[in-house]
Amino acid sequence: MNKPVTLSQNGTTRRDLVVGASLVGGALLVGCSPTDILNLGAKKIDFGAFGPFIKIGADGAVTVISKHIEFGQGTHAGLAAIVAEELDADWSRVLVEQSPANTKVYQNLLFGAQGTGGSTAIANSWMQLRQAGASARAMFVQAASTKWSVPAAEITVKDSVVSHASGESASFADLLKDAAKIAPPAAPALKDPKTFTLIGTQKVRRKDSLAKSTGTAVYTQDIHLPGMLTAMVAHAPRFGAKVASFDDTEAKKVKGVVKIFKIATGVAVVAENTWAAKQGRDALKVTWDESKAEMRSTPQIAQSYAKLAAARSDGVAFESKGDATKAFGGPLHTAAFDFPYLAHAAMEPMNCVAQVDGQKVKLTYGCQGPTMDQVNVAKAIGVLPGAIEIETLTTGGSFGRRATVDGDYVVECARIAKKIGGFVPVKLVWTREDDMLGGHYRPMVHHDLAIKIGADGYPTAWRHTVVTQSIMKGSPMPQGKFEAAAVEGVLGSPYLKVTSVVDGQVVMAESPVSVLWWRSVGGTHTALVMEHTIDQLAAKAGKDPVEYRRALYTKADAKRHLAVMDLATQKAGWGKPLPAGTARGIAVHESFGSVVAQVAEVSIVDGVPRVGRVVCAVDCGIAISPDQIAAQMEGAVTYGLSAALFGEITLKDGLVEQHNFDTYRVLRQNEAPTVETYIVPSGANPSGIGEPGTPPIAPAVANALLALTGKPTTSLPFVKA
Amino acid sequence: MSIALEVNGKTLQVEAAPDTPLLWVLRDELKMTGSKFGCGIAQCGACTVHADGQPIRSCSTPIEALAGVKITTIEGLNGDHPLQVAWVKHDVPQCGYCQSGQIMAAAALLAEKPRPTDADIDAAMSGNICRCGAYQRIRAAIKDAAASKSA
Repeated sequence: MNKPVTLSQNGTTRRDLVVGASLVGGALLVGCSPTDILNLGAKKIDFGAFGPFIKIGADGAVTVISKHIEFGQGTHAGLAAIVAEELDADWSRVLVEQSPANTKVYQNLLFGAQGTGGSTAIANSWMQLRQAGASARAMFVQAASTKWSVPAAEITVKDSVVSHASGESASFADLLKDAAKIAPPAAPALKDPKTFTLIGTQKVRRKDSLAKSTGTAVYTQDIHLPGMLTAMVAHAPRFGAKVASFDDTEAKKVKGVVKIFKIATGVAVVAENTWAAKQGRDALKVTWDESKAEMRSTPQIAQSYAKLAAARSDGVAFESKGDATKAFGGPLHTAAFDFPYLAHAAMEPMNCVAQVDGQKVKLTYGCQGPTMDQVNVAKAIGVLPGAIEIETLTTGGSFGRRATVDGDYVVECARIAKKIGGFVPVKLVWTREDDMLGGHYRPMVHHDLAIKIGADGYPTAWRHTVVTQSIMKGSPMPQGKFEAAAVEGVLGSPYLKVTSVVDGQVVMAESPVSVLWWRSVGGTHTALVMEHTIDQLAAKAGKDPVEYRRALYTKADAKRHLAVMDLATQKAGWGKPLPAGTARGIAVHESFGSVVAQVAEVSIVDGVPRVGRVVCAVDCGIAISPDQIAAQMEGAVTYGLSAALFGEITLKDGLVEQHNFDTYRVLRQNEAPTVETYIVPSGANPSGIGEPGTPPIAPAVANALLALTGKPTTSLPFVKA
Repeated sequence: MSIALEVNGKTLQVEAAPDTPLLWVLRDELKMTGSKFGCGIAQCGACTVHADGQPIRSCSTPIEALAGVKITTIEGLNGDHPLQVAWVKHDVPQCGYCQSGQIMAAAALLAEKPRPTDADIDAAMSGNICRCGAYQRIRAAIKDAAASKSA
């Protein structure tokens, strides 16, 4: 049983799970489907009449069960709206509840595992929840048809009220008992999207704004359970280091400290409250074994990447087209780009509450990947994955940080709770410093480009080398021939589609520094490389950047790129005069099934780029909540701009130089741009919206700076510390 | 030791060392979890509360400094403050973790300047980080609340 079981065949490589038989401790696997393996030990859930996604109360209020976590991206509102639309429910009385962990019932249909990421929540739920809503509607219609002895086809439903032209009318509450007895139809009729009355309107708004504006929304950090202990961990200052020995004499003297012990990731201090845990942790004296630790500084790592790129001896081809041996003669456009490590720096530092008593395990936290966390915790503490009960709470952001491939802080918390035992709740609290020094960064990346330009000013041959660290290595996920996430955005670019010769290689570098996906993953660097290069090629050809792109998109038949570019440039007033010292830059990027164009207006104030206005145009398929799509564009632009302007985690002799927001600068209110969002009308199924707004902002700014100063950008951030 | 704190109009006795930051007394002792822990060094503003009407960072204010001081937390705004109404109207929160602090900073601003300019908002609100990037909705909601208050 050494061959891993691949759970998903649908090409979503970067977050699919692969589960080796060893993970479940020799349990009998013959005849088990992969989902069964992941669900081993899971309690059977008793759903009501309307299935795993809909509950309807005696008062007729509809509760939609979300299999996806809500951490700001508006998913709960979007998922609820899909159900409410097909059910014709009264939107003002629709509630949302978070599902428990259960891989079989609540898996992400694009992952084959339960989890939120890759901007897939709406896309993978679209048909599933439409069917669930339509099915429940059909049950009410059938109940009314029987009760009133009228044909089902003549019955209408609006705002949770079922009616017939004869004057009969009943609420969901009135019909609930009868409807619940009817067998759900196997293939309920779905609405024609043209007849939607809720989806696509301004009515689809968040359900959690009041709780989040009154301090009553409950985050992991807010959990207080009877007898709960709070833990902090002294982590190694260098990546790859381990505890050699520790002296807890002073830490034990801190009032409220209960227990101190070594765990795999450091030394845990367990206390009666957070402040005691912190004081105890700070009083520990730990000696670290740094024999396998990362001791290099950032410039050395960057140099090693540049060397790997130049050598190209360890690379794997990610795209190979035409005869590269003869295509690169004569003068070339060459460029190199360097990107730093980035911390996610979500507002709520990582944390988790765990209770363990033998095989009984409960985790309460902002869980982004229930299946993955179950697998990692099961392996770490020796229980069945499905037996791990998870209560998922909303969380103060993630941006990818809470979907770890190694279990990270969740495993750390489970190990501590196992040691404490007795099902005593243990809350693991990471300080901001723990969070920022805790790795799982957006990897460092180096790009090398050599481009042959044809007589018409457009590329004829494109050589591209990417050097970065692997996110997937060591994870229970498929590795593939090459790491697609490292080159997404180069791979699939419309520019390369129309270039005759392409020679793309990716080289994986090694370091004990842990890396992870970071909002929009590959697009965080590939968009800058591709879009800024295109502007430089346009400048060499003496063409307007928009017209240069138009020619390439037209040749590549990239209709969605053309549509978003046209909409963004029209709304932004592309080509119209701006005040002296201000310039516009454009970027267009496809990611997570959506295409976004952004036009940024940029000036330079005290040597620092100042972004005033950003116009976004997005094609994300059918728009469920225009307001939340705008919110995601506003957020994605801010998040991407913050990193582009200021974001960098650097090492000096292996030690991280940024510990908190005083040294890891992030965008603040006085630096925030005004973001306008325009949506391209579409009849296609919904695609991603949480991430696709991030990639274009850095190149849009770089392109504006190029127009303003004539100087190309070769590394981020724009503002070095 | 036992220290008296006046929080949201009530005098409360808490058992804590005098150098304990107010944030951890509010959250762990009083179980008032609306004020959030974000950075611990007064850099992010998630823990913002009022001390005699002035915004302070509770993560970096020891309780011994607060004898006789009137403390107001997000729980003290009662959910119907014009800013809270405006926050909901504009769907300001995304993850929401910073919003208690944002609202407390904005409430102190409006108390001092009922019709704040953009520059006033920049000055008062730039100590409060929002990683979800709700800044422009925060600005719009402050202006909306200011307009509704003076109407």
